Amino acid sequence: MHIVVCIKQVPDSAQIRVHPVTNTIMRQGVPTIINPYDLFALEEALRLRDTFGGVVTVLTMGPPTAAESLRKALTFGADRGVLLTDRYFAGSDTLATSFALSMALKKVAAEFGQPEIVFTGKQTIDGDTAQVGPGIAKRLNYNQLTYVSKIVDADFAGGVIRVERRAEGGTQVLQSRLPVLITMLEATNEMRRGSVENALIAARAQAITWNAADVGIEDLTKCGLRGSPTIVKKVFAPTARTEKAVLVEADGSTDGMADALIDAIFERAPAVEEDLFEQAARQY
Amino acid sequence: MAMTEEKFDAIVVGAGPSGNAAAYVMAKEGLNVLQIERGEYSGSKNVQGAILYSDALEQIIPDFREDAPLERHVTEQRMWMMDDKSHTGMHYRSDDFNEEKPNRYTILRAQFDKWFNAKVREAGALVLYETTVTELVKDLKGQVVGVRTDRSGSPIMANVVILAEGVNGLVGQRSGLRDEVAPDTVALAVKEMHFLPRETIEARFNLSGNEGAVIEAMGTITKGMTGTGFLYTNEESISVGIGCIVSDFADSEVTPYALLEAFKSHPSIKPLLADSECKEYAAHLIPEGGYKAIPQLYGNGWIVVGDAGQFVNAVHREGSNLAMTTGRVAAETVIALTRKREEMSAANLADYARRLEQTFVMKDLKKYKGIPALLHGNKRNFFGTYPQLVSQAMQTWFRVDGVDKKSKEKAIFRNFRETRTIFGMLGDAFKLVRAWR
Amino acid sequence: MAEEKKPAPAAGGRANTKKELPEHFKAYKHVWVAVEIEHGQVHTVSYELLGEGRKLADKRGVELAAVVMGNDRASLEEAAVACFEYGADCVYLVCDPALAHYRNETATKVLTDLVNTYQPEILLLGATNLGRDLAGSVATTLLTGLTADCTELEIDDEGSLAATRPTFGGSLLCTIFTLNFRPQMATVRPRVLAMPERVPGRTGRIVEFDPKLVEDDVVTKVLDFIADRDSDKANLPYADVVVAGGLGLGSVENFQLVKELAEVLGAEYGGSRPLVQKGWITSDRQIGQTGKTIRPKLYIAAGISGAIQHRVGVEGADLIVAINTDPNAPIFEFAHLGIVADAVTLLPALTEAFAKRLRINRLAS
Repeated sequence: MHIVVCIKQVPDSAQIRVHPVTNTIMRQGVPTIINPYDLFALEEALRLRDTFGGVVTVLTMGPPTAAESLRKALTFGADRGVLLTDRYFAGSDTLATSFALSMALKKVAAEFGQPEIVFTGKQTIDGDTAQVGPGIAKRLNYNQLTYVSKIVDADFAGGVIRVERRAEGGTQVLQSRLPVLITMLEATNEMRRGSVENALIAARAQAITWNAADVGIEDLTKCGLRGSPTIVKKVFAPTARTEKAVLVEADGSTDGMADALIDAIFERAPAVEEDLFEQAARQY
Repeated sequence: MAMTEEKFDAIVVGAGPSGNAAAYVMAKEGLNVLQIERGEYSGSKNVQGAILYSDALEQIIPDFREDAPLERHVTEQRMWMMDDKSHTGMHYRSDDFNEEKPNRYTILRAQFDKWFNAKVREAGALVLYETTVTELVKDLKGQVVGVRTDRSGSPIMANVVILAEGVNGLVGQRSGLRDEVAPDTVALAVKEMHFLPRETIEARFNLSGNEGAVIEAMGTITKGMTGTGFLYTNEESISVGIGCIVSDFADSEVTPYALLEAFKSHPSIKPLLADSECKEYAAHLIPEGGYKAIPQLYGNGWIVVGDAGQFVNAVHREGSNLAMTTGRVAAETVIALTRKREEMSAANLADYARRLEQTFVMKDLKKYKGIPALLHGNKRNFFGTYPQLVSQAMQTWFRVDGVDKKSKEKAIFRNFRETRTIFGMLGDAFKLVRAWR
Repeated sequence: MAEEKKPAPAAGGRANTKKELPEHFKAYKHVWVAVEIEHGQVHTVSYELLGEGRKLADKRGVELAAVVMGNDRASLEEAAVACFEYGADCVYLVCDPALAHYRNETATKVLTDLVNTYQPEILLLGATNLGRDLAGSVATTLLTGLTADCTELEIDDEGSLAATRPTFGGSLLCTIFTLNFRPQMATVRPRVLAMPERVPGRTGRIVEFDPKLVEDDVVTKVLDFIADRDSDKANLPYADVVVAGGLGLGSVENFQLVKELAEVLGAEYGGSRPLVQKGWITSDRQIGQTGKTIRPKLYIAAGISGAIQHRVGVEGADLIVAINTDPNAPIFEFAHLGIVADAVTLLPALTEAFAKRLRINRLAS
């Protein structure tokens, strides 16, 4: 059995700064992490491997420094890391990204065996689009299972998988045929720590590194900026509201403050006052 | 597993400046080195700005300037004595500091440590991250032979363990190699990073290109506690912080955060930080006990380097250079013993202490061994009375108000005498001079 | 790497930056909204999109069409009426037993076939689990541009869709175009756009479309649907009053104070992102750019500093009230009312004072 997990190295968004004058991202000193949502996918893949046997390959696309995220994935216990990196990929939108990744996945399949499952996280924290997973599924013609909260069972010999999927207003129980692409919902499991042995293996490992040519991309116009139908024309900082909050002042006591605040709320939002009173009246 | 059979020449616990120096020097000489770091990466636990002293690093990586993440080279040093509203300053600025190989740089530790650690890996050492060493493994004779970590699996074995685990490193303390740090020998420094466009920083501090300025301040800003405030200019940010001896914090009502807030709103500091975006508040312990607080530095199968060994020159506010130098010297000791196939016994590792005696580290720490106690014992005067007196004297002198200069002189001296006895002042001055020598 | 795009160079460099729409795309016309229906229910986000789609269509001087698909003709026709009343000129109605439940496979086929047949210039979907599942597949099949999670849609001077979305966790906004591919696709999260007025009696034409689906050919089967029990699932996006807490509360125990106030007000409760990371609340109660966008009449933020990613999610609220000890907290920059106080002491007083007023009023009536 072969499972591939696609991960992305992202800047830790909690520590991103915007240059106050030029409105560009100040990357300097912003630590990078594995996209947190991808860890749920990786853990799920490792659990399946522990149950059914087989191999977990981790694939990432990014600058050469993204190899760091592969090392970390190996520390958790993944078996193999593949880095797809090429300056031609710079500026890829979701369509160009899913193209490059799908080509790398074809090469992974050719070199290491056809994966029964490709996992991704539900979305990244920097792009937040949740579109690359579906894009990969479509390009590889894998059955697509997004927002999966639980893998109910998997029959690798029979090629059948059953999952629970988070839908609007409820949970779908779906049955599909392998191979599938699964985007894993957050908080479905907890990332393991990895043993001393895993950590030592990871410390020694060299990531397999491929560029566009290595994965058989001949038409470079399908990559990066040129391969992206979307164009970012303008980047700007959100405009600040001109008025700041009106500060409610009250004499020292907490009760006085509470009363003054409620007065101010009701004065500005009489509709809320009406609603609340109506609601209170209904309750009894 | 095969693991238990593997034995490293050395394990380095920690990936700060001292640990990186030790691991780098040993790996470069072909030793089989394993470094174990608690944080996600080297520097991840260390978000603040700092000063890098070139010399110590040059002895380890001579061409470090080629790719190390350096912020600005320091061309101007300002020493400020502050009371609540004023500062009396001595500024030294020289174009000589714009030399080809500058002597001091401001750095951001998170980036610098990461770079240094990448060099360690390039040199051939293995590095484990997010792994905490929980205890030292000893054989029946009490010789340290390896470490256990918080990860599952077998212990990791090595001929020698170099403890570069920082001032509050628990491995050495737990193993009884040294005592817990005493609260009067360690300072708590709180720092913040304030982001500003580089043009703004250059305009405010009168800098051009990669020039940088450093302000070090003492006085009433520490509310009578032993400590200093500081401000470093980085490329696109300013590191600002203040630190005081931990036991002083404990005795006073002031919280470190409140102290930093007060320092930042001091009329001399506030305009320098105006309109900046503050990110990253960090607190961190600095060993300041000096020579007298240095613990046992070696034993059977182990060596202590860096902050864990109290190697900080509090008077000159130097730390990372001492850390790197002790790391390098420890590594050289281990290399020599490994080459000679001699065992890592306490008797043989004593060579580390002997080598250190020949370096500036021990010489400087010995020179100032009396200062920490002196400042601490007279903190009310050094961090309250004198700064106020100096400020009043300056103001009397510079304010043009129809009073003749002779009378001003008299008033100044009277003020000094009334606040602190001549004998007290002379005594402090004498003690300071003696401690300095 | 997706989305980490730099603004395109001003001139030259690459073909896509200039509008040179290929001939075969010039026939693409009209604005479409893919309506989200699950279990006979239209998701409100679809109406919000129709409201915005109406404006875009008017600016382009074209029609607004809605796509409704499902297996129950009666509910589809009901949905079509609603679509007309919310502004659609035309409804593409797709009724097939294989569309009983939403499935990526069937929905992607239907929508791409429809697009290829009727050729819209703009296609909008809700950025819900369903919309995001579908949009990525459709855009990849059609090899066109898709801008996810937009906060603003506009038509520029050249008639192209200008889709603005937050990037880097909301620290910046960027405006994205799909100049030379059609349709121009975008998704928008629930509650980001205002709900349009419903015009009863407004009508339009229905175009039936036969999707030619064969259930046996569909690989993925829906074995079951477990509906959420309404009681324990948050419905933050559509709540009238929301009370939320942040790290300023200091401890998970103090978060209880937020719940208590919410209870008295009959409100939903939520929190900022760090609380989810600390495990104080579940992610379905996270408010902000990566959580839920809310548009309540009243939003009370207790101990929330107001980082940009939080602001993005609450700006649509009619009245934002901030309680924070730090007068310089960014939340005071975008709140309407503020009080500098410790939420931990003020919240119980506020809960008590609200309860008292509501009690008195009840007695009086």
